[in-house]
Amino acid sequence: MSIQAINTDPMLPDLFQIEHIRRELSDTFTLTLAAQDGKTDFQFQPGQFNMLYQFGVGEVPISISGDPARSDRLIHTIRDVGSVTSAMAKLAKGDVIGLRGPYGKPWPVEDMEGQDIVIITGGIGLAPLRPAIYHILANRKKYGKVVLLYGARTPGDILYRKELEKWRGRFDMCVEVTVDNAGREWSGNVGVVPNLVSRARFDPLHTSAMVCGPEIMMHYAIKALNSADVANDQIYVSMERNMKCAVGFCGHCQYGHNFVCKDGPVFRFDRISKIFSVREV
Amino acid sequence: MVKISNLDKSLSEHPFFEDMDAEIQKIIAGCARNERYEADAIIHHEGDKADRFYLVRGGVVSIELHVPGHEPVVMDSVHEGEVFGWSWIIPPYRNTYDARAVKLTRLVSLDAKCLRKKMKKNHELGYELLKRFIPVMAHRLSASRLQILDVFGSPKQKS
Repeated sequence: MSIQAINTDPMLPDLFQIEHIRRELSDTFTLTLAAQDGKTDFQFQPGQFNMLYQFGVGEVPISISGDPARSDRLIHTIRDVGSVTSAMAKLAKGDVIGLRGPYGKPWPVEDMEGQDIVIITGGIGLAPLRPAIYHILANRKKYGKVVLLYGARTPGDILYRKELEKWRGRFDMCVEVTVDNAGREWSGNVGVVPNLVSRARFDPLHTSAMVCGPEIMMHYAIKALNSADVANDQIYVSMERNMKCAVGFCGHCQYGHNFVCKDGPVFRFDRISKIFSVREV
Repeated sequence: MVKISNLDKSLSEHPFFEDMDAEIQKIIAGCARNERYEADAIIHHEGDKADRFYLVRGGVVSIELHVPGHEPVVMDSVHEGEVFGWSWIIPPYRNTYDARAVKLTRLVSLDAKCLRKKMKKNHELGYELLKRFIPVMAHRLSASRLQILDVFGSPKQKS
């Protein structure tokens, strides 16, 4: 895979038409985007993001959540949480938005070959990890055990539910889902996602972990991984900060001596562990 | 009643008793018994006397809160190798939640009155049990804090 910018001017968006909209949850939707100029080769690496531009409202960084092996369309899962994403939630098939990218450092899935893989995620944090899961499953023999631990608020808030069930049905992948609270009709796990780490089976000395979710969830997930003897240099996290330019010019997403947009969003944890718990950063 | 030797084995294989002195384990086994619950069976209710604590040998137990006028809310699920029921150690020894078997569940239960009596006489036993219970309690407290934060809730859901 190679990183190939769609446009040579990093600040100039291309026009993309919404080909399909899938309502995932009450506040979460997935857009399938096709370039208006007919281009069909949008190579990206798992964990990278695009800047999506809702004309007249603003621009937001959104992780690519589709299959990196299928570069003809771009897929983004978006949660309606602010003015831009709220406007995007009202878009219809055929509407046009601006898009520039892909940007950022990816999950180093090729460097993880030969290792057990532990993926810990929650809520919409599964979206930036889905391309990595697709890649690992497409190259399954190159990896050891594959464990996916996913947490959601309630059973009704589980993202990509059908896909999780499909992955759970595979014999070569362990998928555990937990919810923060539930009624009696839910017979699955209840409790926070870091609790699942101690129940998972993997070889801690030969494991690469990928963690994505709210920062406080990542904090506890990393503690659980450390307790299971997974070292910080085996853990990768995807950080989120207020990104504006996406190319390291504006400084809005400065994180210590890094810019999340160009040095991240994926960081090896030992490289940011000192600032991860600094409140002012 | 299952023979104590079988219970000894169940206890020594359970992670809660990992590295525990065999003599102390034997004393604890004297207060233990095997229990089996079918799916959906209630193990104890909130407010009941906390006269036992439990080690899960197989199955899943859901920890539930009774909310007046509503369906019970499941707060946690306890799996094989884990323990639940620490109210036995805290006066006034009343359970603070409902415990229900989610599916066929096998437990080792320990008689609290018997244990409290032995702990009063044998401080080493008391220390061993507290040393193992306190990290479980701390872990659950920390998990509950994370749950309260509602980290996956959107601003709209939280408002």
